[in-house]
Amino acid sequence: MKDMKKKGVSRRSVLKGTAAAAGLMAGSGAITGFPMVWAKTDITLRQFGTGVSNLNAIAEKCKEDLGITLEMTAMDSDAAAQRAVTQPDSYDIADIEYWICKKVFPAGVMQPMDTSKLTYFDKIVPLFITGKLTPDSVIAQGTAPHTVGFVEAQDSTTFAKEQTNWFTMVPTIYNADTLGIRPDLVGRDIKNWRDILDPAFKGKTSILNIPSIGIMDAAMIMESAGEIKYGDKGNMTKEEIDKTIAFLIDTKKKGQFRAFWKTFDESVNLMASGEVVIQSMWSPAVAAVRSKGIPCTYQPLEEGYRAWGGGLGLAKHLSGAKLDAAYEYLNWYTSGWVGAYLNRQGYYSACLETAKEYMSADEWGFWMEGKPAQGDILAPDGKVMEKAGAVRDGGSFYDRMGSVACWNAVMDEDRYMVSKWNEFIAA
Amino acid sequence: MSEATAQQTMVSGAREGAPPAPHGVVVSAVGDPRHSRADFSAAAPYLQATPLALILFFFLVIPIATIVVVSFWDYDFARIIPAFVLTNYIESLSSPVTWKIYFNTLRYAAIVWALTVVIGFTVAYFLAFHVRTAGMQIVLFLVCTVPFLTSNIIRMISWIPFLGRHGLLNSALLNLGIVNEPLEFLLFSDFAVVLAMVHLYVLFMVTPIFNTLMRIDRSLVEAARDAGANGWQTLTNVIIPLAKPGIAIGSIFVVTLVMGEFITVRFMSGGQSASVGLMMSNQISLLQYPAAAANAVILLITVLIIVAAILRIVDIRKEL
Repeated sequence: MKDMKKKGVSRRSVLKGTAAAAGLMAGSGAITGFPMVWAKTDITLRQFGTGVSNLNAIAEKCKEDLGITLEMTAMDSDAAAQRAVTQPDSYDIADIEYWICKKVFPAGVMQPMDTSKLTYFDKIVPLFITGKLTPDSVIAQGTAPHTVGFVEAQDSTTFAKEQTNWFTMVPTIYNADTLGIRPDLVGRDIKNWRDILDPAFKGKTSILNIPSIGIMDAAMIMESAGEIKYGDKGNMTKEEIDKTIAFLIDTKKKGQFRAFWKTFDESVNLMASGEVVIQSMWSPAVAAVRSKGIPCTYQPLEEGYRAWGGGLGLAKHLSGAKLDAAYEYLNWYTSGWVGAYLNRQGYYSACLETAKEYMSADEWGFWMEGKPAQGDILAPDGKVMEKAGAVRDGGSFYDRMGSVACWNAVMDEDRYMVSKWNEFIAA
Repeated sequence: MSEATAQQTMVSGAREGAPPAPHGVVVSAVGDPRHSRADFSAAAPYLQATPLALILFFFLVIPIATIVVVSFWDYDFARIIPAFVLTNYIESLSSPVTWKIYFNTLRYAAIVWALTVVIGFTVAYFLAFHVRTAGMQIVLFLVCTVPFLTSNIIRMISWIPFLGRHGLLNSALLNLGIVNEPLEFLLFSDFAVVLAMVHLYVLFMVTPIFNTLMRIDRSLVEAARDAGANGWQTLTNVIIPLAKPGIAIGSIFVVTLVMGEFITVRFMSGGQSASVGLMMSNQISLLQYPAAAANAVILLITVLIIVAAILRIVDIRKEL
């Protein structure tokens, strides 16, 4: 931790030293691969997106390092998708999830990035480039980020099958989701998604009531229980949707579920109060339950994880100095400080190599390599997240992101699925 | 949106129950030959009605008209498209889910109404007839309103730790040896939804009933006693008939509020039950505004029919 802080300071002082020189040349566009300081030109970038990566600390640091003011607006994913399409002039940077990108990019409101202007493009995790974490990985189902990661040309809105020079979004954060459990209350080993159906947990389970994500968790559970084999969980046919919902209604009528949660805090309260012992969960919620001193495990399961990820995309209207500033921001975003900040919250960031330089060896070992923590692991606000000796649930980055079964997705039968999902909730 | 609509309906419903409207007063004044300034007073009623008319026009008529218009529009995942289509209504009315949800909402309304009437009348009766001094009546009435100084949501959410599996009530029952297993039906159930709604809305029943009970001429009660009526007969033959306008006004409040409910249903049922308002809020969060607008129109019509029925049974103007 101390080590890391020192690095931050030295970086800042270096920046201050160069600020004068950089300021002189600012706007000339002559400097590349080096942070420009925009304070004098007073550039503001308007960024909107889902709450997870809209962090004030990032905006403050951005102002400090680059002189660019970030105006952030947080909204839920459906509203974000709508805004991206219907008010393209209201933002400069769109911070959206990949499945939203699949809906939004074809509408022609965004522009792809020239990969040659992205300093750290080569260091981006290959998951977002080829879809394979390691050369022999299997590509997961759903809207895998690399399938919407590139377009064919600068003015194209058609996603390219392979890597091109035109990148749609620079990844911000991504993670692998699974079921959370109360190890003190389940009283048995949890190994599979189907374990949530165990009659022993009758009235003590929950899944999330956000249709596009809930249906995926339901699919993982159903496939695990051997009820169905999906062609693609992320793009179900009407028949598969019908079958899934019928199964869910049946399970609900039998009283298996205690509640359905919609917001982060609801999931925390359900788990912390012992109302449920096994449920769909997001990783910060698990951390929140643990911070109350209540045991909670983000249980890795045999069938693998449901993954999600977001990225930063450029609005179509950006040009000139603003476009340069946006590239500068993206390059800064991937240069390490932000990555370390995000990794330290239990998410993963785009360029792990650069982030590593800003993390202590112990932090890197705990968050990324699945090693036991040597000292206490602190959250960015200084609160103790994990005590010394703790090991991250699910292990290393490669263990977790390497066993992704499915990415969050938007289905072709989206509208049908949502109406069926409402039927399930009303049943 | 549903909440707002319900409240607006509520406001206009309550207005009908208000003491004679200024309009009526002025008309009789104009009709009176003793007033000679007829030319001037001809404009007066319109001037007097203007502020309220303007407010209602901008904050009631225009929003509702907008909702009606949008309910005929088309939509896709990101846009609402001006058009004139009936699909929103057809999709909604032809779906068994909608009917099930309406039935469920009406069921909540009926149960909550029945409970609030009984509780509301009892409390109001106690305040009006058993508390002797006017000062004490005011004090006790204010005591009734104290919980309502906190936000709706807070009052509702505070039930959750109380009723939960490891909540206060279950721990108490377990420790007293009354039950061996925690009672699961207490939270995330219809019971919890109804309990929270009764808690939230009972004051809307107490206030108008208390108001009408206070206007009952005490000599009527004495006359009933003199005529040989026992306590029960006085209650059913004198007091309840005279309290009807208050009960009707309270019923309009409670029914319209419950019909438009969504947040209580969501939190207290743990997402396991649905109401019309919740269905609309889901549609809004998925940006299906036209579908939500169509449902709002259907709900508005349903609620207006219920209110009309209440007003038909009890003429609140005549009996006040």
